[in-house]
Amino acid sequence: MKILVPVKRVVDYNVKVRVKADQTGVETANVKMSMNPFDEIAVEEAVRLKEAGIATEVIAVSCGLLSCQETLRTALAIGADRAILVETDVELQPLAVAKLLAAVFKKESPDLVILGKQAIDDDSNQTGQMLGALLGRPQATFASKVVIEGGAAQVTREVDGGLETIKITLPAIVTTDLRLNEPRYVTLPNIMKAKKKPLENVKPADLGVDVTPRLKTLKVTEPPKRSAGVKVPDVATLVAKLKNEAKVI
Amino acid sequence: MSYVAPVKDIKFVMQELAGLEAINKLPGCEEATLETVEAILEEDARFCGEVVAPLNRSGDLEHSVRQPDGSVKTPKGFKEAFKQFGAGGWQGLHFPTEFGGQGLPKLVATAAIEMINSANLSFALCPLLTDGAVEAILLTGTEAQRNTYLPKLISGEWTGTMNLTEPQAGSDLALVKSRAVPQADGSFRVFGQKIFITFGEHDMADNIIHLVLARTPSAPEGVKGISLFIVPKFVVNADGTPGKRNDVYCASLEHKLGINASPTAVLLYGDNKGEVGEGAIGYLIGEENRGLEYMFIMMNAARFAVGMQGIAVAERAYQKAVAYAKDRTQSRAVEGSSGPVTIIHHPDVRRMLMTMRAYTEGARASAYVTAAALDAAHHHPDATVRAENQSFYEYMVPLVKGFSTEMSLEVTSLGVQVHGGMGFIEETGAAQYYRDARILTIYEGTTAIQANDLVGRKTARDAGKTAKGIIAQIRKTESELAQFEHGDLAVIRNQLAAASKAFEEVVDFVVANAKADIRAVYAGSVPYLKLAGITVAGWNMARAALAAQAKIAAGDSDPFYATKVVTARFYADHILTLAPALRSAIVGGAEGALALELDQF
Repeated sequence: MKILVPVKRVVDYNVKVRVKADQTGVETANVKMSMNPFDEIAVEEAVRLKEAGIATEVIAVSCGLLSCQETLRTALAIGADRAILVETDVELQPLAVAKLLAAVFKKESPDLVILGKQAIDDDSNQTGQMLGALLGRPQATFASKVVIEGGAAQVTREVDGGLETIKITLPAIVTTDLRLNEPRYVTLPNIMKAKKKPLENVKPADLGVDVTPRLKTLKVTEPPKRSAGVKVPDVATLVAKLKNEAKVI
Repeated sequence: MSYVAPVKDIKFVMQELAGLEAINKLPGCEEATLETVEAILEEDARFCGEVVAPLNRSGDLEHSVRQPDGSVKTPKGFKEAFKQFGAGGWQGLHFPTEFGGQGLPKLVATAAIEMINSANLSFALCPLLTDGAVEAILLTGTEAQRNTYLPKLISGEWTGTMNLTEPQAGSDLALVKSRAVPQADGSFRVFGQKIFITFGEHDMADNIIHLVLARTPSAPEGVKGISLFIVPKFVVNADGTPGKRNDVYCASLEHKLGINASPTAVLLYGDNKGEVGEGAIGYLIGEENRGLEYMFIMMNAARFAVGMQGIAVAERAYQKAVAYAKDRTQSRAVEGSSGPVTIIHHPDVRRMLMTMRAYTEGARASAYVTAAALDAAHHHPDATVRAENQSFYEYMVPLVKGFSTEMSLEVTSLGVQVHGGMGFIEETGAAQYYRDARILTIYEGTTAIQANDLVGRKTARDAGKTAKGIIAQIRKTESELAQFEHGDLAVIRNQLAAASKAFEEVVDFVVANAKADIRAVYAGSVPYLKLAGITVAGWNMARAALAAQAKIAAGDSDPFYATKVVTARFYADHILTLAPALRSAIVGGAEGALALELDQF
């Protein structure tokens, strides 16, 4: 079984994100970047499936700038076998990424695509779903448990009401939630080995995909600063304010 | 998170000051590409920050504890973290691939040493001592000894110790009394008491390989009669597995001022315990009576590592102090403010934080440059270049050890001071760094021992040649700085020139008086070490400022570079200016130090 794991390079989760002065986006110059944590969970899950003898090959794929190679090397160090970079400096939106991944899917014919449910930068939560639709394949989003058996995946999903378990036929798309697993620490020997694993570089044009943005970002702003609170003289006033002003009770 | 590794500064120092690119070109260092080094730094930083650092405070509270049967229980989480450390391959970073290491340069290892020591000084001592044992066996072991011990030590399954000190033999190892009695099968039986043995007994590994200094029956008196032995806690079976319990036991653990999580053992050899009869089974390593000589070769590596501990604990103390200073609100600003401000606004808190930062960055720069010199000394194809780098490295080792650890006392003390009254309260955590740092100027040779080495072997012996070579390099940096007529770099140049002049005068004084007035020279030896340490670090900060300035001029807007220039400027004004004062203490200060009669004390 072959697994395709798309990974996104994002601003590191420890970094305090700042909006660019011209409000066109967030500042990424001189900022530490790393793999989207949900995608890291996806790589870990794929590698565990391989270690369990269920998967035979794990391919990591990333779309974006040349620097995404670093993120792919991390995936290789966790245990992916090879990597594909779809290199472009065009701003990629979820639909474009889904189209690129669909093209890679057709080339590689994996049995399973496993990726993060969303990226921590734009929080779109769309790519996995769009990919499922483009390919006409089943999807199981927000996975907290994945069991592969008999050409199907039994996936436990984290939904609002609790947990939902569904069975989908492979090939399928699974998106990961936080509780699926706890990614390992990369070992030094595996960092060294990752350097020697194959990393293929393709362009969107090679895949026949037009990645031109469909959406226009008008502006990006920081959330409003929290304004100072007020002191109330007694409980009755507090209750009245909650009822009449905040309208929460 | 309690510790975030300063990966950016480490990378800057490696690239811009220590010449990572040039090191990568040396034969045997091809693996250390920038991309690989970045990946290693990021992953190691993550492991140290998330796994090892959280055990620092709990380990300090819990201590390692000796059990009634002589075994030692390390604090909660240590065993698991050490297993992860070994499995992660970190112990083997710079050891040969044929024994399971990764064969990376010393420069890369230096970053790993810094990060793990920042995360947890006590924990890091176990790998540090294992490094020493590996070096010793690599250097002097037979092929069989290497194959038996190295793969297990490098994988972190076993750990190593260094057994030098005895109650009557501290700095003066000529007084070692432990005995090694030869046996018919070529092995020895070791008897004696060793003290201050770091991680001499613990529960983190399947076996402990002690390297022990002892005398054979025929050995001459003094330093020329000491041999080095391998004494495993469990005698190793023919198949390489740990076998019978050897006759070496932990009699007690010391109660210390700091590094409480690290067990400091009294070890008894030949107390007739265990499963091998009387006497601990030991194996001679290298030639008989040359043990001390071997120890001294390893000592350079160990001293360098302790210097790194100073930088590491200083970095951690700085991070904690900054976090507190940004959080604690107290008093209005001196220039006036609408209400109380966070204490980082107060000028003297700024000065303290800048002092901590400048010392740490300066010492880091010097240490990484030194590590790169060792790589060049080992791997450069040109013998002349190798020799030059070797003498630079040897000159620098007492500075890295002495200066980085002495400055760590000041930095960790300032860390407490920034916290005010809360710093004096243990729960705050700033006090632990201060207590932990206190051993660093003592073990692996006190600052005075480093200074003796600097004066005797490193300065007087070559009549100041190596020191003068460094001064010539400093002058070159001064002339590069001369293109800036005003501003930060011009100030740096002036202070650097004053310091290098003082440095040169002191080297001349040491060389001129090493024979004629030896007591005066030694009375000034520690101030000389400090002066040299301050000046060389200041030189590297000046180089850092030049490199940062070049980036800024090329249009790089990363605030890191502007910050570096300011830190170098602060170093020049506040720390480099100490050099001329130290010169006066050295050149004219012996009189006052030595004049009193004993009964006047």
